[in-house]
Amino acid sequence: MSEQAQTREDKADEARQARREFLSYASGIALALALTLVPFWAVHWHALPQTALYIMIGAFALVQMVVHFRFFLHIGFRQKRDDLQLILFSALLLVIMIGGTLWIMGSLARRMVLP
Amino acid sequence: MSRYENFDYPGLNLGGGHGETHDAAKTTVFGFWVFLMSDAIIFGLVFATYVASVHATAGGPGPKDLYDIKSVFIETMLLLWSSFTFGMASLALKYRHSTPRLIGWLLVTLALGLAFLGFETHDFLTMIAKGGSPERSGFTSAFFDLVPLHGLHVTAGCIWLLALLGQVARYGLDSRTKLGIMRLALFWHFLDIVWLAIFSVVYLAGLA
Repeated sequence: MSEQAQTREDKADEARQARREFLSYASGIALALALTLVPFWAVHWHALPQTALYIMIGAFALVQMVVHFRFFLHIGFRQKRDDLQLILFSALLLVIMIGGTLWIMGSLARRMVLP
Repeated sequence: MSRYENFDYPGLNLGGGHGETHDAAKTTVFGFWVFLMSDAIIFGLVFATYVASVHATAGGPGPKDLYDIKSVFIETMLLLWSSFTFGMASLALKYRHSTPRLIGWLLVTLALGLAFLGFETHDFLTMIAKGGSPERSGFTSAFFDLVPLHGLHVTAGCIWLLALLGQVARYGLDSRTKLGIMRLALFWHFLDIVWLAIFSVVYLAGLA
């Protein structure tokens, strides 16, 4: 292949990649908008009973977090091992600390008949 | 530059075409990611404090008296679109679109961030006017611990963005300014994730 043809091919390759990455941001914002609008709509119009609303808000927030990580922060399964381990370790710490705090404080509130 | 290129660090990878900057990013961006994860732990604990205190209103106003869903919705849209416009700036950086185009997207992002801060400040002042100032109850203290902490982060992000614009003007797009923009991009997208937790846990759950 001549050098010129090689350059042309590289350019086309780069253009394809640029388009794919633009589409990644575009699908990110489209998904995030949908995942935001639905719970706002449901809460504003009280479309569901309260417990169902809580579950829905939580589920949509978790899915939207994954969408942001995937499409905006570009974290994927082909991530370097160090990055993934750091994310998983931080998630573990968060679960232990948030879960532990809510458990202990909730138990305390019940035992002391706080609101 | 194949379809199966690996992610060498969080955020948009510049790729081999940026040579030295791409290699430097492997360590600097990873280091910044460590900071972001530790920041996430701080936010997580402040969230836990908020959820543990949400019923402690001490006879004062509660979430339903103080929150305004329309204003929160506008803030959410501003921040979400600012994440997208920062993404466009990242693409302009990676594919070497013209520098004015990069600066344009960064300025749009800055404007959206400042508008967000304006709406949020207005919210806080309205809440205080309704008797929900931080010292009123455990609930308002926890609220003003969590939500303005995020606002402070956004303020820091805006100042950082201005500093980077100054660096682009003074030094051009050299390796250090590029690395700065890449790290601010991570910071900005990270703050959007914290905000989605705030509007879900604080505002939507509070109004449900």
